[in-house]
Amino acid sequence: MESNMLKVDDIHVYRGETYVLQGVSLNVGQGEIVALIGANGAGKSSMLRTISGLLRPKSGGILYRHHQHAEEIDISRIPAEQIVALGISHCPEGRGIFSQLSVKENLLIGAYLRKDKNEIRQNYQRICKIFPILDERANQTAGSLSGGEQEMLAVGRALMSRPKLLILDEPSLGLGPIIVENLFKVLQNINAQGVTILLVEQNAVMALDYANRAYVLENGRVTLSGPSNELARDQKVRDAYLGGV
Amino acid sequence: MSGEYIAQQIVNGLILGSMYALVAIGFSMIYGIIRLINFAHGDVVMIGAFLTLGLLQVAGAPFLIVALVVLIASAIVGILIEKGAFRPMRGAPQVTGFIASLAVSIMLQNLGILVLTAQPRNFTFPDYLQKVINMGGVSFRAVDLVIMLSALTLMCALILLVNKTKLGMAMRATAENIDVARLMGININRTIMATFAMGSALAGIAGLMWGGKFGQIDPLLGFVPGLKSFVAAVIGGVGSIPGAILGGYVLGLSEVLFVGLLPPIYSAFRDAFVFSTLILILLIMPNGILGKPMEEGT
Amino acid sequence: MNQSRNRLVFLALILLGIGFVALVRSTVNEYILSIINFVGIYIILAVSLNITNGFTGLFSLGHPGFMAIGGYVTAILTFPVSRKSMFLELPQWLANLEMPFFPASIIGGVCAAMMALVVGLPVLRLRGHYLAVATLGFLIIVQVLITNWDSVTRGPLGLNGLPAITNLWYVYPWVVVTVYVAWKIKFSSYGRSMLSIREDDMAAQCLGVNLFRTRVAALVIGAFFAGIAGGLWAHLVTAITPTSFSLILAFYIVVMVVVGGAGSISGAFIAAIIFSVLTEIFRPLEENLDVYGIGEIFTAAILILILIYRPQGLFGSREPGFLLTRDTQ
Repeated sequence: MESNMLKVDDIHVYRGETYVLQGVSLNVGQGEIVALIGANGAGKSSMLRTISGLLRPKSGGILYRHHQHAEEIDISRIPAEQIVALGISHCPEGRGIFSQLSVKENLLIGAYLRKDKNEIRQNYQRICKIFPILDERANQTAGSLSGGEQEMLAVGRALMSRPKLLILDEPSLGLGPIIVENLFKVLQNINAQGVTILLVEQNAVMALDYANRAYVLENGRVTLSGPSNELARDQKVRDAYLGGV
Repeated sequence: MSGEYIAQQIVNGLILGSMYALVAIGFSMIYGIIRLINFAHGDVVMIGAFLTLGLLQVAGAPFLIVALVVLIASAIVGILIEKGAFRPMRGAPQVTGFIASLAVSIMLQNLGILVLTAQPRNFTFPDYLQKVINMGGVSFRAVDLVIMLSALTLMCALILLVNKTKLGMAMRATAENIDVARLMGININRTIMATFAMGSALAGIAGLMWGGKFGQIDPLLGFVPGLKSFVAAVIGGVGSIPGAILGGYVLGLSEVLFVGLLPPIYSAFRDAFVFSTLILILLIMPNGILGKPMEEGT
Repeated sequence: MNQSRNRLVFLALILLGIGFVALVRSTVNEYILSIINFVGIYIILAVSLNITNGFTGLFSLGHPGFMAIGGYVTAILTFPVSRKSMFLELPQWLANLEMPFFPASIIGGVCAAMMALVVGLPVLRLRGHYLAVATLGFLIIVQVLITNWDSVTRGPLGLNGLPAITNLWYVYPWVVVTVYVAWKIKFSSYGRSMLSIREDDMAAQCLGVNLFRTRVAALVIGAFFAGIAGGLWAHLVTAITPTSFSLILAFYIVVMVVVGGAGSISGAFIAAIIFSVLTEIFRPLEENLDVYGIGEIFTAAILILILIYRPQGLFGSREPGFLLTRDTQ
């Protein structure tokens, strides 16, 4: 495995009264695509929300370094609005686009903390090249986009902060198979350009196809982990998440 | 009933509507961002009025400076209210915030009574603002013109600020989804504070105008305009700034016309009229004229 | 077994109450007596608002509006015929009517309850803070109407010189009735429907609770007791004006419910005693030291602190253990 970028160490998380993560540990290496699969309510989204700072763990640590020679820092007590500045960008469940803002504003707000105006403009143009439809609709309100376009907008917006680590929560949700296929190709490209990706997926087939490694989450605990191709062959995984194929 | 009389009534309605609109904007912005009906918002009007009185009549400061100081000081009052009362209970049920705002309102009113006594005080603007202008049978004072024009200017400035600046974008994003706004790196505490500051600044200026228009102020003065501006915000669609402006003028005009056009016996019922309108609108078209569908409170 | 223990507890409390009233009447002076009367009225108000706000979670600020209706109706009915014609222009049958206090106050309560029905049918479709604002609107409308209905209410002057009938023997039996009814409701299946509406109205509806009817009932029952309290108040103060029952009063009752714990009868009871006594302590202080408003500031500050640090109030929605039997736990 390459050097660690993110090391989640035995975190315990509560959402209100509910004990959602019961001692989860996982690693994400520099340059990897890592998938988190599991049933509804297994704690996948809570995991991502804890990493990006929206939830605070009761105990345990989250160590992160933005490139391989940097110091490791514990981000588990840092609030969400500061974590994005460290190079972690979280594309939330249900996409979370701002439907009243224009498409362009949605993209620009992704670069909210950046001050480098020229580079923001270049970044913006690059994203418009990846997703040309966003350029066409720049002045429409984001709420008027279709589901697939909204997903592109959410990914584009997450990229506007120039993340080192991109976190995606169910990017394929509610999208048709062709759009999903295209989206994953784009994600693979983004990864090839040096962005590490951690994603949660219900669509386990797709996730295991593209990810280097994967973790299976059940009732707030990691029950299985390993390289994707191995997991895809595992009988339990096939029965539970791959529809028994 | 002559055309001139009706024109005069319309002008009066626009003056009243300008003030309602300024206060309603703050109501709407604060509701939009944290879903709080801020009952104490009207009392910022009272604070603005007394600040004006103090600066203008006691300290004798020039009018423009007074306006500027009132603007800034009211913004600070708004920030203090948010920090002291509402921030510690963020995330609580909506009704909790509403009760707290009622408590803040009663606190401010009684602080006013404690410090200034309940006695109404007279309030006079400089002579050049009292001059009566007559235009085609419609007469108004210079101060009325100042009220209407400066309200319009402030509203335009606010709309530009909300739609064209980075802070405005952050405010709109936070209003839509606080969690996702945080993921973008937006400091929501600062954004919410800015919203209170802007809304309160406008309410403070409305207080300055209120004093200038009606010539008498007391510590309970904020209650009725506060409530009515809330009604205006609901009419326009709570959460929407253009809606609040529209609602302010609609309410101002209809209130003045209700009193001016109906037989005098009805005019005592103007407040009953305003609040019946409120209940009707909440029941029949809860999103107002320009508002987006609102979520039901718990 | 449980039933009989329950009855015993209530009987003991009632006997205690009678003893208390008898003792108090023979020992303390007029001023203290009037405070104790006010405390009783506040208990009725807080416990009855608790049925509406606490059990069902309908946030109503309209309680003083219902008090005003009950108060005016009772006052007009008990007003001596000889003086009625001097002040008021009433229809003949009403002008010649002079009723004893007790039936008059019942009629006052019923009128308030009927008004609650009329207002509630449309308004109770709203929820949360929108309902609160609508009930506030109702309160203001009631005030405006009373102020302007000169021929019956004498407008802003109000009715004064009412017979001073209210005393402890009137107030405290009503306290007992209010608490008893609230208690019965809370620990009946009806009360459980109310509480379930407060927690999650969608789920309550799925379980077959008739949401709307339960909501209306909660408002109407609360309003009845508010009307009774209004009548008691009017004949304690011996005067009634449109501003007697204002938003600040609504605020005080709400404070009692919130501080006591929404849904807790004992909580509302105790908070009513604390706050009405506090108000009475602050009044002479304000007058002597010329610090008007300090009582309200203090109360508002307490409310804000409670909302921040203990939003469930002193008791939550529970009752102290010694009052509970197994089937009410």
